[in-house]
Amino acid sequence: MEESVDRIAEPWGGRTPYARHGAWPTRVDTHLAEGVTEEEVQRWVQSASILHSDGDAMDIAVKDGRMVGVRGRAVDRVNRGRLGPKDLFAWQANASPDRLTRPLVRQDGRLVETDWPTAMDRIVARSRELLEERGPGSIGFYTTGQLFLEEYYTLAVLARAGIGTNHLDGNTRLCTSTAAEALKESFGCDGQPGSYDDIDHADVIALFGHNLAETQPVQWMRILDRLEGADPPRLVCVDPRPTRVARRATVHLAPRVGTNVALLNALLHETIRHDRVDHEYIEAHTVGFEELAARVKDCTAEWAAAVCDVPARLIVEAAEVLGGADRLLSTVLQGVYQSHQATAAAVQINNLHLIRGMLGRPGAGVLQMNGQPTAQNTRECGANGDLPGFRNWENDEHVADLARVWNVEPATIPHYAPPTHAMQMFRYAEQGSIRMLWISGTNPAVSLPELSRIRSILSGERLFVVVQDLFLTETAQLADVVLPAATWGEKTGTFTNADRTVHLSDKAVEPPGEARPDLDIFLDYAARMDFRDKDGDPLIPWRDPESAFEAWKRCSAGRPCDYTGLSYGLLRGGSGIQWPCTEDDPSGTARLYTDGISWAHPDRCEAYGKDLVTGASSGVVEYRSLNPDGKAMLKAAEFMPLHEAPSEEYPFQLTTGRTVYHFHTRTKTGRTPQLNAAAPDVWVEISEADAAARDLAEGDLVEVGSPRGSLRGRLRVTGLRRGTLFVPFHYGYWDTPAGFGPNATVPGRAANETTVTDWDAASKQPLFKTAAATLTLVEKGGGQHSPAPTTTASEPGPDSGVPATEGGPDARVRQSTDDATSREGGRR
Amino acid sequence: MNGTSLTLRVLHHGERHLAEELLTVADRHSTEHEVHHVAKDLAGWSREHVERLAVTGRAYGLELDESPGKPPSGLLTMMREKAAQAVGHRPEPGLLLLRDLRDLHLDAAENSLYWEMLAQVAQASKDSRLLELASSCHPRTLRQMRWTNTMIKNISPQLLSSL
Repeated sequence: MEESVDRIAEPWGGRTPYARHGAWPTRVDTHLAEGVTEEEVQRWVQSASILHSDGDAMDIAVKDGRMVGVRGRAVDRVNRGRLGPKDLFAWQANASPDRLTRPLVRQDGRLVETDWPTAMDRIVARSRELLEERGPGSIGFYTTGQLFLEEYYTLAVLARAGIGTNHLDGNTRLCTSTAAEALKESFGCDGQPGSYDDIDHADVIALFGHNLAETQPVQWMRILDRLEGADPPRLVCVDPRPTRVARRATVHLAPRVGTNVALLNALLHETIRHDRVDHEYIEAHTVGFEELAARVKDCTAEWAAAVCDVPARLIVEAAEVLGGADRLLSTVLQGVYQSHQATAAAVQINNLHLIRGMLGRPGAGVLQMNGQPTAQNTRECGANGDLPGFRNWENDEHVADLARVWNVEPATIPHYAPPTHAMQMFRYAEQGSIRMLWISGTNPAVSLPELSRIRSILSGERLFVVVQDLFLTETAQLADVVLPAATWGEKTGTFTNADRTVHLSDKAVEPPGEARPDLDIFLDYAARMDFRDKDGDPLIPWRDPESAFEAWKRCSAGRPCDYTGLSYGLLRGGSGIQWPCTEDDPSGTARLYTDGISWAHPDRCEAYGKDLVTGASSGVVEYRSLNPDGKAMLKAAEFMPLHEAPSEEYPFQLTTGRTVYHFHTRTKTGRTPQLNAAAPDVWVEISEADAAARDLAEGDLVEVGSPRGSLRGRLRVTGLRRGTLFVPFHYGYWDTPAGFGPNATVPGRAANETTVTDWDAASKQPLFKTAAATLTLVEKGGGQHSPAPTTTASEPGPDSGVPATEGGPDARVRQSTDDATSREGGRR
Repeated sequence: MNGTSLTLRVLHHGERHLAEELLTVADRHSTEHEVHHVAKDLAGWSREHVERLAVTGRAYGLELDESPGKPPSGLLTMMREKAAQAVGHRPEPGLLLLRDLRDLHLDAAENSLYWEMLAQVAQASKDSRLLELASSCHPRTLRQMRWTNTMIKNISPQLLSSL
């Protein structure tokens, strides 16, 4: 069956229902440029989505050397042909007229065009000067979650063994570091336990702080298809906003922001009190149950109800649904990771699965999610505050093994302290000990908390800033050297999604002007710096993506993220494949921990763990005595009061997040007509009760303020939790006359003008969800509407009179389904 | 005054002192965000210990102040934070930070040793109430020490090599 659907108006498209334990039917989504027919497409080039962590496989349509559309790959395990709105439309941004096409250098205070040798020489000269005068600790690298595996690995080698600096981290710090930390705390090692296929088999799916409908819309389509099929799952949703997930949930809990640990401790309390636990599993595979049981003994539903401000009966009901599950799947995202006590809360979700024995079987699993498309690779390759291949920086044998792979002395690789996290790198830059910061593929001048501080650090005289990007972002405008980079579709490489599925993304078209792949830029720098191994040979001998991939395979050999069975040849043509993947088992691995816990042994683990409240390291001696046999660790945590609670002066809790139509700071999605029109400007969400109490209404222009700064947006009244404000974090200043920050005529627009500089002590992930804020009316709406979409969590209440979000003719997408499968699945 | 009440009194003084010092350090290093926030959390533990020591102390004839010491006055906090911001762009306060973390560590270590003594005398005198108090508070003191040690380990390479 074929239909044409406006995928701005209907972000999730049509349904293909299927029954529990059934196969998710295929639905192929195709979008081609106006006037181009499928027959006219000259080449379809294999790739996957780079605008969220789902890893939706797609083919890029090419005609006359230009991208003209995309089509989902029916053969792929992740999406079976489906694409989300960003996948369908954002490819158009590649051809934006304002792409950077030549390097820029700062001359007399202004950025001027130059050639590659001039720009690179300037970077190399500054690097050499700093190495000589101040040592490797004066140079830092801040990368992203959107480059390719080959690029991160190359960056990790050049930073850690070439420069010899400990300062290399990704903006994945903002999205996925709590996922990694929680897995290390519970399982001794990073590595996603579950699989997206668990959605097919679960009878209960719990989404903790995870607006799946907007962050990974294709997996939400999968859940919607199961909800329409036979034996549908029940959903439990924890979210202060009335998301699409919340609307379909059996139980929706909307706790006070920052109280996740209290809520989870109560859920664990109920689970243990009713003995809904798998004693055999606990005995065989875990340590720490007694301490956990003691910790949650007094955390009754009534106690948590008072802390979280949710009815106790709803907590009891949620615990019953979770405890009665035959196969429980939990997913976790930013509502946990970017909130107070992030790691402690994420770990309690692991605990729930461990004590219920809900792990390693179809439908029984945990998905500690990622936000970004290639965040998984930042983690694996050692570009996210860890050593490559999940090696333990505190274990000398692991470091020696890495030194062997790189043919350097172990002392070359800094391992006297943990790799520096992004927030600390910015602090070192502020305080003057980091003098050069190379920022690749990320926009901290909009995405980090407390932007006035970040702008002041980046624009400081003493810091030499290199920015490598597609556009003249807010951050690039503050740089000393700007390098124009090629992006998705213009270069070849691999990347891995949140359920460990590795995809190949082939080059479809040439990059614009002199823009170069990030890999080529890093290789050029390494060659100019003449980094050598201990035998005097080039430290980085590879020259192209495929040879970089082969080098990474050697680094991953025998590690949890083993890629040795993968190759470009194997990945080309078919479905993505889940690691670990060895030559003996080239079909990959659906689930980790199917047969006990494999990477928690003291000699094998990636980390010895931290105090979940203070972030203090535990150390090998304590780890060995606590967990000599390498089992999963049930780590208890006490609820701690918020660092910034609402007050008389700042009565609201401000929480930030994303919408389905945009990614990050809109560098691509803001340049995509359909996506930009769907959510063209910042807005502020408020609850009906708070709006009524303040006599505020849809469309009123308001100012949200905190001790750090303020922003202005038009108000949307929704079913949001009372006392809370929501602001999307996508909007910055590149598309305003102000350029890179607010000025006398352009008021604050970025959510991060207001957010607080504070991070989870264990994962070092900044808290974007817990600032205290004020709200003041600037002017009444006078009939104007808020630019917020009506199709998502920002849906207005009934009778609001807000016109529905639509995409029109340009947003029509062809959806093709096989008639037989959609009919069969429809039976209930 | 016997050994138990002596230990309780010294410990009460020590926890009160540590709570105040943690808050002072939090203010003084408000531009070191992790130190600032975690030190405040840890001060909360010491403040709770002060209260529990005072309550328990009554049974031993002690009149210890239950209030956990004075938090720094608003004016003092503001002055310290302003001072921190004024020098936030300079590397030298890094040395002061390391010294402050060292002092906090030593203060916590002192408390830890007294908690050890309290637990020992509780066992020797079969005093279960006292043992319960020591067993429930001492682990947090050890966590305070581990935190200061970790912070020093993590930041000293950069702070000391960049001077």
